[in-house]
Amino acid sequence: MKDKRIDHAGAAAAFIADAPHLAFHDERLWDMRQKRDAQMHLLPEWQELRTLASQIKEHTLANLPDYLEQFERNATRNGIHVHWARDGAEHNRIVAEILQARGATTLIKSKSMVTEECDMRPYLAARGITVTETDLGERIQQLDDQLPSHIVVPAVHKLTGDVARVFATHYGTDPNADDPRQLAEAQRQAARPVILHADAGMTGANFAVAETGTFVVCTNEGNADLSATVPGVHIATLGIERLVPRMSDLGVFVRMLSRSALGSPITQYTTHFRGPQDGGEMHVILVDNGRSARLGMADFWTSLKCIRCGACMNTCPVYRRSGGLSYGAVYSGPIGAIIDPTFNERKYSTLPFASTLNGSCTNVCPVRIDIHDQLYKWRRVLVDHHQMPFVKREIMHMAGKLMGQPRLYRAAIAGAETALGTLPRFALYSWLNPWGKQRELPHPVEETFHAWYRRTRSGNGTADTGR
Amino acid sequence: MKVGLFVPCYIDAFYPRVGIATLELLERLGQQVDYPLEQTCCGQPMANSGCNSDAAAAEALFVRNFERFDAIVMPSGSCAHHVRDHFDAIPQTDAVRHVRAHTYELVEFLHDVLQVRAFPWAEFPHTVGLHNSCGTLRALRTASMSELGEPPFSKPMDLLSGVRGIRFATPARPDECCGFGGTFSVAEEAVSARMGLDKVRDHHNAGADYIVSADSSCIMHQQGCAERAGIPLRFIHIAEILNGARE
Repeated sequence: MKDKRIDHAGAAAAFIADAPHLAFHDERLWDMRQKRDAQMHLLPEWQELRTLASQIKEHTLANLPDYLEQFERNATRNGIHVHWARDGAEHNRIVAEILQARGATTLIKSKSMVTEECDMRPYLAARGITVTETDLGERIQQLDDQLPSHIVVPAVHKLTGDVARVFATHYGTDPNADDPRQLAEAQRQAARPVILHADAGMTGANFAVAETGTFVVCTNEGNADLSATVPGVHIATLGIERLVPRMSDLGVFVRMLSRSALGSPITQYTTHFRGPQDGGEMHVILVDNGRSARLGMADFWTSLKCIRCGACMNTCPVYRRSGGLSYGAVYSGPIGAIIDPTFNERKYSTLPFASTLNGSCTNVCPVRIDIHDQLYKWRRVLVDHHQMPFVKREIMHMAGKLMGQPRLYRAAIAGAETALGTLPRFALYSWLNPWGKQRELPHPVEETFHAWYRRTRSGNGTADTGR
Repeated sequence: MKVGLFVPCYIDAFYPRVGIATLELLERLGQQVDYPLEQTCCGQPMANSGCNSDAAAAEALFVRNFERFDAIVMPSGSCAHHVRDHFDAIPQTDAVRHVRAHTYELVEFLHDVLQVRAFPWAEFPHTVGLHNSCGTLRALRTASMSELGEPPFSKPMDLLSGVRGIRFATPARPDECCGFGGTFSVAEEAVSARMGLDKVRDHHNAGADYIVSADSSCIMHQQGCAERAGIPLRFIHIAEILNGARE
């Protein structure tokens, strides 16, 4: 059976209908964009850093096999077990095998978009392994059985009242106590015992360094450090594009990551993992899951430069008003819209159209991904692959024909019911109808510019075939 | 210099006064302007929707109409952006390359090519909020972009500053897209209309009486949103003000 297309427009309309949520979401993310701007203004070399970051990532991606093998050699030398996962299924199997070999039944983990991609939690749950997210936002989303709506602030679409209700259901707290401090405390009380008694811990990684075989995890809550160090078994999972060649490259990215994401100079915790603790174990899983194929796509490979800062989401006027869940995908917002179709072209075929192509995303991207140009190019690819709904495709086809024939075009806009004849009028009008739902139509005019010109400038103009 | 005037389809049909103001303004400035009567559209609606092959006929017609001009000028940033940056549904012949390289949005033509700064005939004693369309702002780069932190500049502001009596109101989010987006405006009706409403409210709260823009498509959308919501804003194309519209 074919996958259903994500109805982004419908989900966004529902999000917008909820005024308090919409207002908070838009303001909160816009505030992050403003703080990001303020940080940018403090660094005169910001644009140079973007260029440098882009060049380092492009160089790494162009030589990825070499750097991956270098990383594997050095990490192995550091005592890290390195695993390779071709796809999500292989990734999940590797995690399960590591845990089962040690009789582990409880896993604490910090936020990792790769594990979301691989849909790991249900897989492990089915094998009797309890997974607990330790990042506050991610834990809220786990309890509420929702995808993260943002890659940095996963529960940003929720108000404190929503969180209070979720915690009341799962932790038995007061559903009306929506003070953020109390809620954070409730989470701490619920999470600490789980963390202290977990059999294994899992993190993602923001960067992996080829020349040292080490990796870096950036968080603000410190929960990743607990997940990594308390249980003694640490599994870090990362996409193969997380690599940078040298330790000295990190400075460029660490300076940009949190400034772009939250508008803070640096994350509270920037932890370098160099090898297992005494008597402990450390595993790194390098996940492909479609990345090699994406690397081969001439127009879209640079999307792999992404460092998951979420700046494109914060600035996106469409994302801010539609909420991350409306994208129906692990990755939402502008970056999601150019990555998601590589996972499932039909299902995510609507996402590149959920944009005005305004280009703000491209401007804030710290690694200079030409996001809005890729959105534009995806539209072409999706139309070529017959992923555009029939009525819209036909309207464009007919409009294109009409625009090539001045005489027919003049007849059509003069009101004659020709030209669009092959498409039933109701189809055209029902497609255009939404204009009037919340907007007035342009005011009628007495004559077109074309008619005015012919009337007042007769004798002027060339090749008159119009009416 | 032989100037060819392109009047985009929606301006032709809904905002003829914008076409008239553009023509009269260019003539006032001593330009020889010709309006090829066989023109229709630049192909942008089809191309932006991903239906690039359906833009071919419009693009070919556009080149036939305009290849003989030294400059092709249009009162629309998004159309100029399409011709200059995306016009590839047809083979890139010398004529096509000439047309793409000599296409100008009105503001940049006045500012960069003719280098006009004074409009002594123009007086507009109102408070206006300037709306830079995303096409003019981030594609044609007629003004500095807030995301880049570059030194501030604004070609439309340079021109409007030459108009007597005009006052400016600055919205809180000057670079935020208004949500028109071509077919986006109907395909994503809810988001589009909400962005439009937020945009006109922002200008209204800043104290603007008018929103002025170099793109009538944004105006069409914003005006529709403002009128439905009962927000007392008026809308005008920059060509009209520079040509001496009094209102």
